[in-house]
Amino acid sequence: MATPVLDKTEETSGASPYITVTFRIRRFNPEVSEHAVWEDFQLEIDPKERVLDGLHKIKWDQDGTLTFRRSCAHGICGSDAMRINGKNRLACKTLIKDINPEKPITIEAIKGLTVLKDLIVDMEPFFQAYRDVMPFLVTKGNEPTRERLQSAEDRERFDDTTKCILCAACTSSCPVFWNDGQYFGPAAIVNAHRFIFDSRDEAGEQRLEILNDKDGVWRCRTTFNCTDACPRGIEVTKAIQEVKRALITRRF
Amino acid sequence: MSTDTTSAIGQVEGEGATRHYDVDNPAPYIEAPRKRTGKTPKSTRGNFEMAAWLFMRLSGVVLVVLVIGHLLIQLVLDGGVSKIGFAFVAGRWASPFWQTWDLLMLWLAMLHGANGLRTVINDYAERPNTRLWLKGLLYTATVFTILLGTLVIFTFDPNIR
Repeated sequence: MATPVLDKTEETSGASPYITVTFRIRRFNPEVSEHAVWEDFQLEIDPKERVLDGLHKIKWDQDGTLTFRRSCAHGICGSDAMRINGKNRLACKTLIKDINPEKPITIEAIKGLTVLKDLIVDMEPFFQAYRDVMPFLVTKGNEPTRERLQSAEDRERFDDTTKCILCAACTSSCPVFWNDGQYFGPAAIVNAHRFIFDSRDEAGEQRLEILNDKDGVWRCRTTFNCTDACPRGIEVTKAIQEVKRALITRRF
Repeated sequence: MSTDTTSAIGQVEGEGATRHYDVDNPAPYIEAPRKRTGKTPKSTRGNFEMAAWLFMRLSGVVLVVLVIGHLLIQLVLDGGVSKIGFAFVAGRWASPFWQTWDLLMLWLAMLHGANGLRTVINDYAERPNTRLWLKGLLYTATVFTILLGTLVIFTFDPNIR
């Protein structure tokens, strides 16, 4: 009995923390069938674990063909955005106990982008829209020898939109984007906002002109799906309206 | 289905890989939404969308006053709906003030509603042909109603037999 305390905890915690949950996953394999099908998986899992852990359990123990993206698995890289119980979330930030594990948990790929396999979509249109708004610092004149300084208030102006991790949860929850992929989408506008309102940047005018396009900010219908979906809590819809306001006040 | 992006930013992971969809690989084909070619115009009708958006806000504010005033006069005040008849309308349109009121309300309400429906069609009609026909129908109905209403307000004759 070198470690009596450990033994004791093992005895007292007799009740297993594990529960049985059903994952209902939208499977699609273009090499097998052109139709996507729902497939159920039963697994024993601690309800305090995340949906991503459940997906790992399925992939490692039950069906190795299940395909999904994930990199850091801690809500930073933005790889594993998926539609869980009908809402866009990051699988690595969603706890099983928070999404009603008594019923089957539905998991599908995010909407509005081409599904390549299972939960993987072609993100290229999403990144194309992102590149179109020039998400990099543009300045004129000589390079300063030191860093470009900025007051705390100037930094605060665009603080919210610096948090974006490009997971596409917002863009693929937007009904306008579902129907017309030409719309820039919330994520691109958020990343334009981050530079438009940066006091150090000098291409705000150019970015506003890009978003003044007919597929730009004016297609936003303020349904707030993007704000609800954002795993980083960015007030996406507010950012879009601030860009609209900048476009209006610039002209009149 | 190569992505001909004339972007100066350079290639990004996954780009340039050609994908084929055929019998052995029948993925549902969605045309790349933001495909850019050299001929893609930089900006298209941007100002019209902004004007339309702004018009919706401004006309909405004016319409709240116009429509609520209209409903009050027609349906609530002074005997309610039972008082409305040819004589009542003729009496009101004798004054240029009510003529202007009704004319403004007609134009703003029709354009406001038509623009709203235009965005609904843009958002929900998926095929270009459906879009064309729905919008054609919408514009025809709008123009017809506005013209007919304007004609009636300006050429109204209280002594008509």
